[in-house]
Amino acid sequence: MPNLKDLKNRIESVKSTRKITKAMQMVAAAKLRRAQEAAEMSRPYAERFNAVMAGLASSAAGSETAPKLLSGTGSDQTHLLVVMTAERGLCGGFNTNIAKLAKAKAAELIAAGKTVKILTVGKKGRDQLKRDYEDHFVGHVDMTEVKRMSYADAQGVAKDVLGRFDAGEFDVATIFYSKFQNVVTQIPTAQQIIPFAIPEDFEAADTLYDYEPDEEAILADLLPRGVATAIFSGLLENGASEQGARMSAMDNATRNAGEMIDKLTIEFNRSRQAVITNELIEIISGAEAL
Amino acid sequence: MQFDLVSPERSLASMDATAVQIPGADGDMTVMADHAPTITTLRPGVLKVEAGSDTHEYVVTGGFAEIGAAGVSVLAEQAVATVDMTQDQMDALFDEAQETYTRAKDNAENEPGRVDEAAKLLADMVAIGGQIGFSTKQPNL
Repeated sequence: MPNLKDLKNRIESVKSTRKITKAMQMVAAAKLRRAQEAAEMSRPYAERFNAVMAGLASSAAGSETAPKLLSGTGSDQTHLLVVMTAERGLCGGFNTNIAKLAKAKAAELIAAGKTVKILTVGKKGRDQLKRDYEDHFVGHVDMTEVKRMSYADAQGVAKDVLGRFDAGEFDVATIFYSKFQNVVTQIPTAQQIIPFAIPEDFEAADTLYDYEPDEEAILADLLPRGVATAIFSGLLENGASEQGARMSAMDNATRNAGEMIDKLTIEFNRSRQAVITNELIEIISGAEAL
Repeated sequence: MQFDLVSPERSLASMDATAVQIPGADGDMTVMADHAPTITTLRPGVLKVEAGSDTHEYVVTGGFAEIGAAGVSVLAEQAVATVDMTQDQMDALFDEAQETYTRAKDNAENEPGRVDEAAKLLADMVAIGGQIGFSTKQPNL
């Protein structure tokens, strides 16, 4: 049986762990609110942007002169996977789930004889994919310094991706991120961004627009911006998901620590009682012997 | 007529406007109620909104405007109210345009279209500076 001193130390250490996880949970809760607000505020832009772009894209889709970002390069041999994860761990299965989805996709593509290139955004995804797919890495975007995700950050990633596309490095690009549903549910998602995929539920509006300059020029102008918009939405969803996942992970950890403290306290009390009983027996039997 | 100005990060303005002057890619246009449905791309410039007796001005760079039956939505990549604009921000915009131009000139000699576009972007930035009363550096063309 462990002695009383050991037990007491153990209880103290679990208690301080609980304090830390509790604090992390509260920090995550505060950050989650901000992340959710940011995601919500970006929604009007993304929604309208996508609606206009889907409208333009669906009318230009058949044309031979459609920009490459819409019609594709005519092949789907080389795939670029943009894996967006967090910079920090301790957020449950958040990073692992995204990495798992990306790994499954990569394995599927490789099995089909395609070339896979991987661009990672966020350190954790990089670490997790490193073991199996290090040869496929083409780049990494570091977001450690970023405190608040801004559109400029997304533009930076988009510029990188578009530069590679212009240089003919890949044919299809897919982003991986986690969609925020609620605090306990985040859905790892893969979304094709190049060539632009018209959403399936898209319905053409009945309004007939005049276009200035012309439809194709607008589309050519909008498509690269669309890549940045999609990446930005992904990053914001990720931000909220990360905090949500961390919050529930830390909530679990706090609860587990509480249970552990209860268990240890019972054990401590039992041992204390046993020691007292022992001492009493010794005293009584000593007195009887006299 | 409903007017909305949204940037990727947040919605900047939403109000009832009487007239909106949009810096369109093919030239400025003023939108009033019952304008024909139009979609136009923006050039960097000043967006002027008249709401009753108030006039609001925003510096916008890139994006597009959608004019529909319900009103005008301007989706700008960057938008700042002119009164909040600082010389530093102006300089940053100018420097970015200058850099784009220099890069286009160095890398795309065979594509005069791109160089011209970048030169136009740079000229637009200088024009913004003049319009809202900030000095810009001399563009290096």
